[in-house]
Amino acid sequence: MNEFAHAKPPARFDAPGPLSAVLFAAFLAFFVWSLAGAGISISELIGGLPNMARIGAEMVPPATDRLLPMLQSVLVTFQMAVVGTVLGIAFSVPLAVLASRNHTPHPSVRGAVRAVISFMRTVPDLAWALFFVASVGLGPFAGALTLIVDTIGFCGRFFAEAMEEVDSGPPEAMAAIGAGPLDIIACATLPMALPSLINTSLFALEKAVRSSVVLGLVGAGGIGAELATSMEMFRYDQAATIILMIFALVVVVEQLSSRVRARLIGGRG
Amino acid sequence: MTGPTNDNGEARAPALRVDQLAKRFDGAAAPVWSEVSFAVPAGQSVAIIGGNGTGKSTLLRCCLRLIEPSAGDIHLHGERLTGSRAHHLRRMRSSVGFVFQKHNLVPRLSALSNVLHGGLARGRGPRHWHQALARREDREYALRCLEQVGLADLAGRRADHLSGGQSQRVAIARALMQRPRTLFADEPVASLDPQAGEEVMETFAALTRERGLTLIFVSHHLEHALRYADRVLGLRRGRLYLDALTAGESIGSLRNLYE
Repeated sequence: MNEFAHAKPPARFDAPGPLSAVLFAAFLAFFVWSLAGAGISISELIGGLPNMARIGAEMVPPATDRLLPMLQSVLVTFQMAVVGTVLGIAFSVPLAVLASRNHTPHPSVRGAVRAVISFMRTVPDLAWALFFVASVGLGPFAGALTLIVDTIGFCGRFFAEAMEEVDSGPPEAMAAIGAGPLDIIACATLPMALPSLINTSLFALEKAVRSSVVLGLVGAGGIGAELATSMEMFRYDQAATIILMIFALVVVVEQLSSRVRARLIGGRG
Repeated sequence: MTGPTNDNGEARAPALRVDQLAKRFDGAAAPVWSEVSFAVPAGQSVAIIGGNGTGKSTLLRCCLRLIEPSAGDIHLHGERLTGSRAHHLRRMRSSVGFVFQKHNLVPRLSALSNVLHGGLARGRGPRHWHQALARREDREYALRCLEQVGLADLAGRRADHLSGGQSQRVAIARALMQRPRTLFADEPVASLDPQAGEEVMETFAALTRERGLTLIFVSHHLEHALRYADRVLGLRRGRLYLDALTAGESIGSLRNLYE
């Protein structure tokens, strides 16, 4: 006879403990309350459907009357993204060195730099854009400054982590023969972390292109400003053209980024 | 023992002198070893042997303060290494080469760039970071170092495309780029197959002879210790158990260390 014949089968579902049940009920109550807080309303959604249909209809066919200025704005948006990303990356590298456990001159420096990078990352880019628009005025310069800060917040953290993860052997080999800290970073840490740095940088560029569109809505220049104006003037056909241009720009940048990533990281260096 | 002399007949400082060295890792009940003292005259070849866990690699690293010793004194080429500040320590390390068990090359860079990095302690800055930026004379010397280990034709090959034996020979060439007076090697052939291991040890022996270098290496191979070293230091039970010239030793006598 099977020796397990009298064994009690395991329960299919372990009943949650009282604390879990209370927490689950509390979350459910908060979610229902949040539905009201978020203004979720089926009736308003149904009421808005004709407006959506009308705006959608007015978007077709997309306008072509302001094609040249729009293309110029797309170019400014892309330039803003490129400058913001490149300068952001340039500032991120030294900050990441100071923030990485294996290269920081002192743990307190690491803590302070990490705090600065975290602050740059956690404050939303729109808040930075409003700050820079108020500081340096409307236009792409405010947008570029926003993207620099946003890129440092993103790249600074991931660069530091990439530098911490590299094999400690080559840096130790260089330290053993008397190489200085800067030489070790330049000759061992950075080349070994390079695939990760390139990957993060390309993601930062894609992110910056998407952000730069939104930044224009608060006056930080580029195609976003054109979109805001078209929507305010009820020129939905122009807005449609702009949205298509933004879509094309984002797709092209993502495709190029994927190819560059594959080429640089996939074995050549 | 009468030490070597310079051209004026004055006694020359030993390449390495270690006095009452001890190492205890944080939280460990007992030291890895203690009261370790020895002096290596310039030009001598010394093998450090002992069973697993006796602290051979720790001793080698402590000699250059890659691991800080807990007690004792170290003099390298006549200068006190213990207690020296970072800048002074780097200057003193610039007179040694170090070859690790794992080659520790930077994988994405060429063999030539890796060899050039061997000279970083002598010349700093971007000109020493990459072969494309290097001065012509440095590039030529790096190529000569590669030639000496028989790999000049692979100078442009990426380090991660080299075999284990080739990588270790590039690591030796990198150590030579330093123009070292003393060469340290931590089980340099442990990760290689027997044939590649023999080739690498032969390369070591030939280079130290040709350049008159001091060689201090850790090895698990008693045959290598007897064949390539003038002297053997054996660690056992936390002490320097054996300090003898290899001429008077045999594999049988060295096996006592492992019992």
